[in-house]
Amino acid sequence: MRLSKSWVIAAKDFKTFSKKKNIIYSIAAVPFIVAVLIPLVIDFAGQRNGAAGIPEARLVVLLPSFLFFYLILAAYLPTPIASYTIVGEKVEKSLEPLLATPTTDSEILLGKGISAFLPPLGGVFGGAVVFMILMDLVSHGTLGYYYFPNWNTGIVLLLMVPLAVAMSVGANVIISSRVTDVRTGQQLGAFMVAPFAGIYVGGELNIVSLGDTSNLLIISGILLLADLLLLYVARATFRREEILTKWK
Amino acid sequence: MIETENLTRKFGDLTAVDGVTLRIEEGEVFGFLGPNGAGKTTTVRMLCCLISKTSGTASIGGYEVGNGPDSLKIRKLIGFVPDSVGLYDELSAYDNLDFYGKLYDCTEAQRKENIERFLKLLGLWEKKDVAAGTFSKGMKQKLAVARSLIHDPKVLFMDEPTANLDPESAKTVRDFILDLKKEKRTIFLNTHNLDEAQRICDRIGILNTKLMAIGTPAELEGSTRGRKTVVQLEQVNDAILAALKKLPLGNMTVDGNKLTIDVTNPEKENATIVDAITRAGGRIQSVTVVGSSLEDAYLKLVREEK
Repeated sequence: MRLSKSWVIAAKDFKTFSKKKNIIYSIAAVPFIVAVLIPLVIDFAGQRNGAAGIPEARLVVLLPSFLFFYLILAAYLPTPIASYTIVGEKVEKSLEPLLATPTTDSEILLGKGISAFLPPLGGVFGGAVVFMILMDLVSHGTLGYYYFPNWNTGIVLLLMVPLAVAMSVGANVIISSRVTDVRTGQQLGAFMVAPFAGIYVGGELNIVSLGDTSNLLIISGILLLADLLLLYVARATFRREEILTKWK
Repeated sequence: MIETENLTRKFGDLTAVDGVTLRIEEGEVFGFLGPNGAGKTTTVRMLCCLISKTSGTASIGGYEVGNGPDSLKIRKLIGFVPDSVGLYDELSAYDNLDFYGKLYDCTEAQRKENIERFLKLLGLWEKKDVAAGTFSKGMKQKLAVARSLIHDPKVLFMDEPTANLDPESAKTVRDFILDLKKEKRTIFLNTHNLDEAQRICDRIGILNTKLMAIGTPAELEGSTRGRKTVVQLEQVNDAILAALKKLPLGNMTVDGNKLTIDVTNPEKENATIVDAITRAGGRIQSVTVVGSSLEDAYLKLVREEK
């Protein structure tokens, strides 16, 4: 496999995205809105509680949970891009000339994967950094120390987020082979947030402690297995023959 | 340059292409004629290594179609214009071509040179920085043709390149194909357009799942043997028709006072026809012999298959 070919395809996609305002907004705006909104709500809630603010015990449960918002975003943000780059090309019939070039199926899939992987990852990382800075400013008064960054943050952002993005990309490739328009692809792809939203709710209901490093590592392991399975199926789905004769 | 032997493709129980055998020489423009669903696109897709064959063999430039490592070499050797242009609407004409140039491993200098050359030849150079999505249908088709040539391929597959184009754009594309012919490129042209095939192609294959006939346009026209005698009468009546039906002639159609009769040897048969009509009291205004056209040959072959 020649990475240079995949990179050419990804670079073309990046250039295309740069002209698609809806994609730019979803990648850049949503993580930053979350980054600003949650600290503002926490600050507002703290002020309503008077001088005591939000209790420290409550805050140390909330803060790691909030970071899971970025995991949910990591699962969602690749959807508009993956749908556009695969279903969009299918609808606009630009896949066939691309498939006629001297590139392998794996090189094209990797190129599409890179273009659906890197922008959401950048958006999530950028938003998470802003979120942690603002949250530290808001919570420092109560905690007496800066909560972020910490080891669990590293696991969530550097391990779980890339795994969640990869999972979403894999699922979207599979979905792309079964839908005929970008919007349906995006709607179905959005279901990828469900498992992560479930984990977040589980954390809020104290079913699973999201501040526990071993729990995060177990979830990461499950994500890795899911990634491998989805990427295997995606690779089997993304074959010239399948695309031209069986994809809807 | 292109050879196939019993090339077959089935989709489940449906046979899309059935035992096609052909040989196309280097520098030849070969036209593939056939109705919708005849298997033209499937054949081209097999030859471009986009889909697999069910059986048979095919090779391009000595590389075997269906052989994994050879597939990449074949794709590098060929250019492909699909039936839908499939351009990136957000990208400029230049960026569309540059992207494909990179995928074909062209150097930056080669890309610059070929992009300028082909955009100028196709009259798109002034629009090189304009998004392809804003182009007219004809301009898009021309850009798709330029895209297929960006790596200077020896073999070009074109799937209905002038379909849905206005006459002027279609003519530009056709003239460009003739220019490519002068450069000794091998061109495989799928088309519905009989006139286009006749004007551009050195040889034509008529496909209707099976290859029904293959030859030069003149050979195919001659293959139907039938020529037609058209007799314009003052008044057609039953006595004339009855007299003609007694003669050993081919199919006869009546259109008002005009009779069109299939004949094999008009020099001999026309005298008999004229004699029969005058004996039946008919008054002849004119007698014309019409040779069979490529259209006749095509329709005859396609209808026979049905």
